[in-house]
Amino acid sequence: MARIVFTPQLRRFVEAPEVETPALQLRAGLEDAFASNPRLRAYVLDDQGHLRPNVVIFVDGKRLREYQRLDEALAPDTVVHVLQALSGG
Amino acid sequence: MSQTAWVATRKGLFELSRASGQWEVANVSFLAEPVSQVLPPDASGHMLAALNLGHFGVKVHASKDFGKTWSEVATPAYPAQPEGAEGPAWKLVQIWSMERDGDGTIWAGTNPGGLFSSTDGGVSWQLNENLWHRKERLGWFGGGYDSPGIHSICPHPEKANEMLLGISCGGAWRTTDGGAAWHLRATGMRADFMPPEQAGEENTQDPHLIARCPGEPDVLWTQHHCGIWRSADNGVSWQECKGDFTTFGFAVAAHPKDGKTAWFAPAIKDEKRVPVDAALCVTRTRDGGKTFEVLRAGLPQKNAYDLIYRHGLAVDATGEHLLMGSTTGNLWASGDAGDSWQSVAPNLPPIYAVKF
Repeated sequence: MARIVFTPQLRRFVEAPEVETPALQLRAGLEDAFASNPRLRAYVLDDQGHLRPNVVIFVDGKRLREYQRLDEALAPDTVVHVLQALSGG
Repeated sequence: MSQTAWVATRKGLFELSRASGQWEVANVSFLAEPVSQVLPPDASGHMLAALNLGHFGVKVHASKDFGKTWSEVATPAYPAQPEGAEGPAWKLVQIWSMERDGDGTIWAGTNPGGLFSSTDGGVSWQLNENLWHRKERLGWFGGGYDSPGIHSICPHPEKANEMLLGISCGGAWRTTDGGAAWHLRATGMRADFMPPEQAGEENTQDPHLIARCPGEPDVLWTQHHCGIWRSADNGVSWQECKGDFTTFGFAVAAHPKDGKTAWFAPAIKDEKRVPVDAALCVTRTRDGGKTFEVLRAGLPQKNAYDLIYRHGLAVDATGEHLLMGSTTGNLWASGDAGDSWQSVAPNLPPIYAVKF
């Protein structure tokens, strides 16, 4: 299953444990993480379900450039990192 | 007389306490986090803090014990934006104002221009759809931020269901039925930043802050982008108050009882936005805006580049005690209605709001 790893900086505000997901798309994988941890959603996504502008996601080391659809494919060995963008400090 | 006050800053919420005649920092909450606004406690100790986390968005925290402990509650959220909807994105950028009305309802003014209310202490929030869907909203624009924002919420202390809002840049709006219907109330203001033929249009005025006199609630003051205006008829009409000193600034504090007294924190208009001659002062009128006194005692008169944001000046219920906080992180207090000032803390983070 794909793994989603959240920045430890989130732990100041909300629990954000690593999640394993059978999802085949990034958004579905994130929804799996939010299902067990609803407060986490608003830290990662905005009112319209878009990735927050100062959060950055890497999928297998490749930085995501698309912030609305979040339809990047996930494979069973995919590792997703949800991190702070340095722009937002 | 207030013994407690609150200072919302770029790096946390500071609680002040007053003992032996001196204000001191008593506690810090949310250290290192931007606190855009604070709602002081009611009699039960319930209060709210609005955070604007650089990476993770706006969050609201509530306290039930006068700010000793906090827990996160719901954050106002915009509904799904219809495809093709004009105007700014339906995304919460900032909570710019929070007020409690006489019924205990909490109102939050936001960028990009939505007004939210909560009847359960912040556990849940409802967007005021009637204001949000006014066609005039698409004529609003940013003033200080990229998107328009509601910075002033002035409930009427004697009329339930009535309040007046100030919006940069969207004029002043009044409801008399708890937010079902809204009407512009900015007649008389003047927007020099608009094409001349549009200078008097109510919907694009930039009142930097609007403050109501609690004791004479038909009296309203605004520190506007283009000067100072006062209304003595509950916002039906506004009259400009021209002083000898600059009337540019952001903040205004209305006397709690006397409708002819108010304080302002002037700066050089418009591009510089620093104190005149790098010497900080407060101006005060006691005659309804006909004349202004310039008050400097205790304030830095050399190399002072402090700017006072719109929520950075406050007066308590006695009308004698004021607090003023600057973008440079200076905090001053006055115990004699502004005649003289004392430094409370000179090295705080940039100050967004002071509240008694």
